[in-house]
Amino acid sequence: MIPVMRSFWRTLDGALLRDIGLVVLADGVVGVSFGAIAVSGGQPAWVPLAMSPTVFAGGAQFAALYIVLGGGGLTAAVMAGLVLNARLLAFGFAVADVLDLRWPAKLLGSHLVLDESTAFALAQRDPARRRAAFLACGALLFLVWNLGTLLGVLAGRAVGNPDALGLDAASPMVLLALVLPTLRDPRARRAALLGTVIAVAGTPFLPAGLPVLLALAGLVAAGGRRVGRPGVGGPGVGGPGVGRPGVGRPDVGRPEPGRPEPDGPGAGRSGPGGIGSRAEGRA
Amino acid sequence: MTWLAIVLLAAGTYGFRVCGPVLHRRIELSERVRWMLSVSATVLLCALVATSALTAGHGFAGWARPAGVLAGGLLAVRRAPFIVAVVAAVATTAALRLLGVR
Repeated sequence: MIPVMRSFWRTLDGALLRDIGLVVLADGVVGVSFGAIAVSGGQPAWVPLAMSPTVFAGGAQFAALYIVLGGGGLTAAVMAGLVLNARLLAFGFAVADVLDLRWPAKLLGSHLVLDESTAFALAQRDPARRRAAFLACGALLFLVWNLGTLLGVLAGRAVGNPDALGLDAASPMVLLALVLPTLRDPRARRAALLGTVIAVAGTPFLPAGLPVLLALAGLVAAGGRRVGRPGVGGPGVGGPGVGRPGVGRPDVGRPEPGRPEPDGPGAGRSGPGGIGSRAEGRA
Repeated sequence: MTWLAIVLLAAGTYGFRVCGPVLHRRIELSERVRWMLSVSATVLLCALVATSALTAGHGFAGWARPAGVLAGGLLAVRRAPFIVAVVAAVATTAALRLLGVR
């Protein structure tokens, strides 16, 4: 694993590391508030300290905690957390190529399948950068999430509400910036639009986590046209539709694929097998 | 919260995570299925963006958070650097709350 790690770090450039650092920092603050809210809500310190490294999913941890603090049952808390985390099943398949490692590394790396690490991976076109971004984001988040939780436990009630600092806007914004390049494919865009409408419309009525899963119904809007053209999509699970430069954006006449994704400038051009050269992208 | 609850939640979550990396070599996935999986990730991430920007619990999150995400999102669409977009979103939300917008 060590030589592999070394090549990962070489692949990371300053810009990508800085973007990852920003995300990790923002999530660290959320980790602090998780620890603080759990302890000040009356849970013993070991509860957040055990949850953060083992569950390692902010949304599910907060959902389970709030249900318990609100007097709900443990079964409900576990179910809510699991429903929220079911999306990680799809993410695991989407980044499976990144985790084509030897067994211990594969099993350890699977624990790093998160919203943020998946989004960073999908925003990279080059397989080496994909893996580097995924592992760096996941590993740093693991470190900072747990340190943050510990800090929060220690600080207890002293930590105020991070919402006053606007930090609750950071996580949707981070995911939005990372997912934008994948929306260049018009079929992915249609599916995402329909799925998003379904999720938002379902939120007032459905248990936490379920609306996001129902968004998958939006996939019907992606169908219809032939996919899997020959010569497309090199070795990598990303498959067509994700992270390809300049695909299907007839509305934007600019040829350059530059986007606010965490690639460095121009870094995205080096995709494997000239993925960007599909006729559709030029049309 | 009990140990058992945490163990069940952690084990179930890891189960979701590990399926893809372990199984994707064992089962032959067609190009079509692999494409659908990557679009699924995009769809789920977009749904997460919208629900976490617009809603808190079962209700509306208030105006400050979606306004911040919108401001950052517009910058991102206009190809502002990632860090600028995120900082703008956070700053907009914080400023609106400071001004009394909920």
